Amino acid sequence: MIPIEIRKAESDKPRARFERRPEDAPEDLREKAFELEAKGEWIVQRVPGPHAEVKTKYGKIKKIPLQHTWHHKSCGQCGHIPGYSTSIFWLHRRLGFDYNDPRDQTSCTAWNYYASATSNAAAQAAVAMRNFAAAYETGYFPIIHCATSYGHYKEVRSELVHHKELRDQVRDVLARMGRPFVIPEEIVHYSEWVHAVRHEIAKRKVLDLSGITVTVHPACHYYKLVQEDAIYDADVYGGARTAIVTGVVEALGARVADYSTWFDCCGFGFRHILVQRDFTRSFAVQRKIEVMREEANPDVTLTHDTGCVTTLDKSQFAGQAHQGVKPAIPVMSEAQFCALAMGAHPYRVCQLHWHAAEYRPLLEKMGIDWKERWREFEDDLERLKKEPGKVMTWDDVDAAPRPAPEHLAHGGR
Amino acid sequence: MAAAAANPVVPYAEKERLFLEVKSDPRFADYLYGCYECGICVATCPSARFYDFSPRRIAQAAAREDVDLFYEQMNGEIWECSQCFSCLRCPRKNNPGGLITVMREVAVRNGLHTAKEALEGYSRIIYKIMSTGTQVSPDMIRPDAFPDWGPTAKQTGDNLELWRRAMPPDTMHTTTTSWEIDDKTLGELYFIWHKTGVMDMIKTLDESLHMILMDVMEEKLEEAGYDVQ
Repeated sequence: MIPIEIRKAESDKPRARFERRPEDAPEDLREKAFELEAKGEWIVQRVPGPHAEVKTKYGKIKKIPLQHTWHHKSCGQCGHIPGYSTSIFWLHRRLGFDYNDPRDQTSCTAWNYYASATSNAAAQAAVAMRNFAAAYETGYFPIIHCATSYGHYKEVRSELVHHKELRDQVRDVLARMGRPFVIPEEIVHYSEWVHAVRHEIAKRKVLDLSGITVTVHPACHYYKLVQEDAIYDADVYGGARTAIVTGVVEALGARVADYSTWFDCCGFGFRHILVQRDFTRSFAVQRKIEVMREEANPDVTLTHDTGCVTTLDKSQFAGQAHQGVKPAIPVMSEAQFCALAMGAHPYRVCQLHWHAAEYRPLLEKMGIDWKERWREFEDDLERLKKEPGKVMTWDDVDAAPRPAPEHLAHGGR
Repeated sequence: MAAAAANPVVPYAEKERLFLEVKSDPRFADYLYGCYECGICVATCPSARFYDFSPRRIAQAAAREDVDLFYEQMNGEIWECSQCFSCLRCPRKNNPGGLITVMREVAVRNGLHTAKEALEGYSRIIYKIMSTGTQVSPDMIRPDAFPDWGPTAKQTGDNLELWRRAMPPDTMHTTTTSWEIDDKTLGELYFIWHKTGVMDMIKTLDESLHMILMDVMEEKLEEAGYDVQ
């Protein structure tokens, strides 16, 4: 084991630039998609303007749509970490970018596929292409919230490009539903959008984050699956590791601390996190959380995937019960962290009360009065309780604070 | 020899049939280029740390066409894989995780009892995704389902309906699904499951689950005018 002092000294050194040879890049599936469009096999939906351009692993340019995006939501985010999806939408609204939040969207179904294989290549591809068709028909460009959906859809794109029989089968299924056969020009993850607009986010921050130490956990399905399509930046890790999440944290002025298991999976396991959780929580605690704590002592760990936030956040309770009480490391998405940095409400927007690992010391260190924010949120809850069926709206999110009624207690989550 | 001895009652021809079904999958050639046993995949593999599992052995058995070992793997270790695809660090560009996905599909499609055993506690999740269109839902967060997630599981469960109304995105005021899905969309999902052979896979895996799903899907499919015969 390399002593922490030597590892820290190494990680503080200016990094050498890491050059990859363009000739080592795999075939460009986007070019193949255009070739198939020219043969009449499908429609390629173009990235709308304005768009940003970022570099991927072998130096190729990837177009990232800034607005006019169709948000392919995530089951686990919307269901169990709703502040994650809400923060993504809030960032778009604050930056003035229009978007579509569809009801004509199914899960990518990849969580089930990777968990149980109770599906097949044709079904998975048909689900993907149905969602892409739904986006195309609205005129908005799909942007994907979950890294597993993103990685899986890239796998699907590769299978469809390479296997005519699969393409024909899926085209037929879509045709029977009256849907066009469309593939987007780029498969875009929301964290790539965050990376592309990170300087705009940083311009709008209202908190000083210079005292906040962050560890980054990159999602396996973002950068290991169809790896040539992930964002790499010579100014982030010298281009040796994916720039995603780290880039925006650095832009916000927080300190990124390294740790020796950066490349490890979180331990989500798809089926494991639901029905074989001893594996997930053991791996998450022993290979990620404890290593981060010992080597980096972060104030927060940030990641950009549903499964990773769920695993790292929810696994710590069992670890604390098993190994004695140690400080939890709060876990959230970089979208929630960016939203907090820009002044978003920790409960109305970031919905932190759904998170398991203790996060209130982090908010205090960031200069956020969580007690007052929680009082405001309890106020919201009281109003909603009085009117069954009434819901919070985007107008409510930025409403001016109301004075505290005498009877409402402070505290809570 | 040891592998053959472990499954003495299954004829070699049957094991070979299953191997060839995996090998004939169009993705097989994309996932296997030959393994030189460097072990990089094992070093990166989270499952290898906790289980008697090795992505290297998966690639080796497939590359050598060791039918007996392959059959043993199909009946055991493939279910330990966490499908993270860290094994794609392979310098030969093999995809042991991808091979496992195909092996699992073949195991499910052929009704291997070990597949049924591995998925025994999981059928409610299959029901959820296939019938509602989202994999999980807010109402799954309950202390009896996730006691190891800590006290927030109870707090969330106790306040679920109110907390779900207390968020601004208008598609997310739901408790039984992660977001609101149109009926037409759900009908299309059901059609996909039928037309691509997934319902047949479910029937082989779990007849009761199949029956329940067919009941749930029948009305929407009829309303949408889809012929799934």
